[in-house]
Amino acid sequence: MAEQKASTSIEAVESGLAAQGYIASRQIATAVYLSQQIEKPILVEGPAGVGKTELAKAIAAWRGKKMIRLQCYEGLDEAKALYEWKYAKQLLYTQILKDKLGEVLGGAQTLHAALDQLHDFGDVFFSKEFVEPRPLLQALEQPGGCVLLIDEIDKSDAEFESLLLEILSDFQVTIPELGTVSAITPPTVILTSNSERDLGDALKRRCLHLHIGFPEQRLEERIVESRVPGISQTLRRQMVGFIHEIRSLDLKKLPSVSETIDWARVLVLLQASELDTEIVRDTLNVLLKYEADIEAASPQITTFIAKAARSNVFG
Amino acid sequence: MRENLHRFFRAARGAGVHVSPAESIDAMRAVAQVGLADRAILRDALLLTLAKSQDEKLALGDCFDLFFSQPEPAQDQAEANDNGEASQEPDQSPSSSSASGAAEAQPPEGLGPLAQMLLSQDRNAMSAAIASASGAASLSDIRYSTQRGIFSSRILDAMGLQRLRDDLDELTATNPSLAERLRAALDALREAVRDTVSQGLALYAREEAENLRNEILRNAPLARIERRQVAEMRALIRQIARRLRERYSKPRKRQRRGHLDVRRTLRRNAAWGGVPFLTAWKRKHRERPKIVALCDVSGSVAQVSDFFLLLIHSLHEVVDDVHSFAFSSHLIEVSEILEKKPPEEAMAEIMSKVGFGSSDYGSSLVDFEKDFMSTLTPQTTVIVLGDARSNNLDPRADILRRVSERSKRLVWLNPEGRLAWGFGDSEMPRYATFCSVVRQCATAQQLERAVSDIVATYQ
Repeated sequence: MAEQKASTSIEAVESGLAAQGYIASRQIATAVYLSQQIEKPILVEGPAGVGKTELAKAIAAWRGKKMIRLQCYEGLDEAKALYEWKYAKQLLYTQILKDKLGEVLGGAQTLHAALDQLHDFGDVFFSKEFVEPRPLLQALEQPGGCVLLIDEIDKSDAEFESLLLEILSDFQVTIPELGTVSAITPPTVILTSNSERDLGDALKRRCLHLHIGFPEQRLEERIVESRVPGISQTLRRQMVGFIHEIRSLDLKKLPSVSETIDWARVLVLLQASELDTEIVRDTLNVLLKYEADIEAASPQITTFIAKAARSNVFG
Repeated sequence: MRENLHRFFRAARGAGVHVSPAESIDAMRAVAQVGLADRAILRDALLLTLAKSQDEKLALGDCFDLFFSQPEPAQDQAEANDNGEASQEPDQSPSSSSASGAAEAQPPEGLGPLAQMLLSQDRNAMSAAIASASGAASLSDIRYSTQRGIFSSRILDAMGLQRLRDDLDELTATNPSLAERLRAALDALREAVRDTVSQGLALYAREEAENLRNEILRNAPLARIERRQVAEMRALIRQIARRLRERYSKPRKRQRRGHLDVRRTLRRNAAWGGVPFLTAWKRKHRERPKIVALCDVSGSVAQVSDFFLLLIHSLHEVVDDVHSFAFSSHLIEVSEILEKKPPEEAMAEIMSKVGFGSSDYGSSLVDFEKDFMSTLTPQTTVIVLGDARSNNLDPRADILRRVSERSKRLVWLNPEGRLAWGFGDSEMPRYATFCSVVRQCATAQQLERAVSDIVATYQ
């Protein structure tokens, strides 16, 4: 019974994401479904441009939740990611409240008594009012839940990873002056990484690990279809086939899905009806981002087009 | 099913996937969510929760396929088996419907359940029985290939081989043709059990076997390993490289703050008449390792040099400034070849250029001094890898002295044992006077230690 429900729910995820223009493979849909069910963050790895960030956006749009994005970079720290005290506001308030303070403490005879009275008022200046929430804290404070995207976690320092551990496993943070802030509704957390460096085991352990590679030909055709509706079916097949051939080359930067979509748009703009050597040569710079790569691919263009066309006939 | 999942986790560990208890709990929860009906979804769910890198995903995927390629017991049998291994006890009558259903075609009465099952040729019942018997014999504890025999016999015993033998003896007397059939079926059963054990070995013993093999490989002399082991050794070297990278690539925060840099502070505040508004603090600079490696690629040392170069050049994150030179009778720079080509091709090219000669340390050092002396800086560590056997030619130790003077350290790695140094045409004692360190480097383990020590001096 439960099993029946699971497979239909996974399909529901797939179609929900598709409605937002994100064509997910079965594995991606399973990951999204599981992360929701067992409340675990998803760590998405894969080459640049395969739609890691897009996945988070699609989930947020599908569930109608706010997306909070934290872009990681070297040197990102607690103050920029979690929370910060509003120093200026604290200072200003002490100035404004100076007289009031004088009144409150007026009755005290000695310094000691004044201090005692001050203690009775508690830490007024270290209360919630003076906390500037940064993305991580914001995500916990959303009453309706949200999608928290921690983008390119591999760019941040190892120390920052440790900071994330508490949030990822318990959905809470500890602010020394205020105590522990727990999430009102646990957010859906998506972490993305380009595998620039190996992430710590502690972080990986807390996440579902999803690797998005280059999609299969059929899937990629569907992606192009949903993103660039104006393109004809033959051209779509041809260009996707061509890109799959290009990916078999040993290049510095292989064209990924985002490049496929860009190229499809370019071809539509140029009103190409089918691929030919001329047009490919002219637009190759959309696909390949290094001069050396373009040089390596150029001599193969004609063969690749032929191959792509042939696979069309049989596919 | 929980039992099955636990066994799968063990198999996954065997396949080199690190499965912690927390991860196995996650996997359990995930499986509870997605259920077992759809194998593809189950596979995805396990891959998502257990494997934490692309390599692990591949390994775990293979492991999953192997694990679940085992014949799955049919539903009703599985329930019967849940009552414990008791249903396999020879004295109990077969309870499963299919077995008894098939048995009505079989005349003999008073046979043991195993004999009946064999004669009925019910595949499902057989595989279920084998699976539960291998559970009883704790097949997942198998570690070495030599244990195959004992596990096979344990499984057969658990299935009631003893009773079967009695039946067989009885039948031979009363019904020889049936006995013949039973005997043939028994052979088939033995075959099936043997396959099950082999599969178990592949699943559960891989880690152990790999550890053992690696341990042996780590201590095997690099110069004399067999051709078929070369690939394994390369994999091991890559492992070592990864370990060293992990240990040394993290920029350690060793910048020593807290000491005021008086000179820089005064200079910075000159505009305010030396009143220190802005302070400057002393920092400790960490140098990145600069390495110049001279590798002998003549005959006996070539293999060791190969592995050494592979190791040094897989340490990009730690040592990005490496110049490598290869020599036997003369010396060439090989850094570029090693950077650009995959290791096998690179080594072949190097060997075709300078290899296979008889080594001449003197003229190689002359080549180095003539063309490449400028690569040396006071921060450079020079590593010479060779046996220092110069075929009685002039060793030119004076050049090595100059090399040593211009560099931070000069490390000599010699694949020969200490006892052989200085005997025959070995010039080691002469060279040793100018080296900061001379150490033996014949096995992967020694290689790892040597490189680790060199890199550590820069931390």
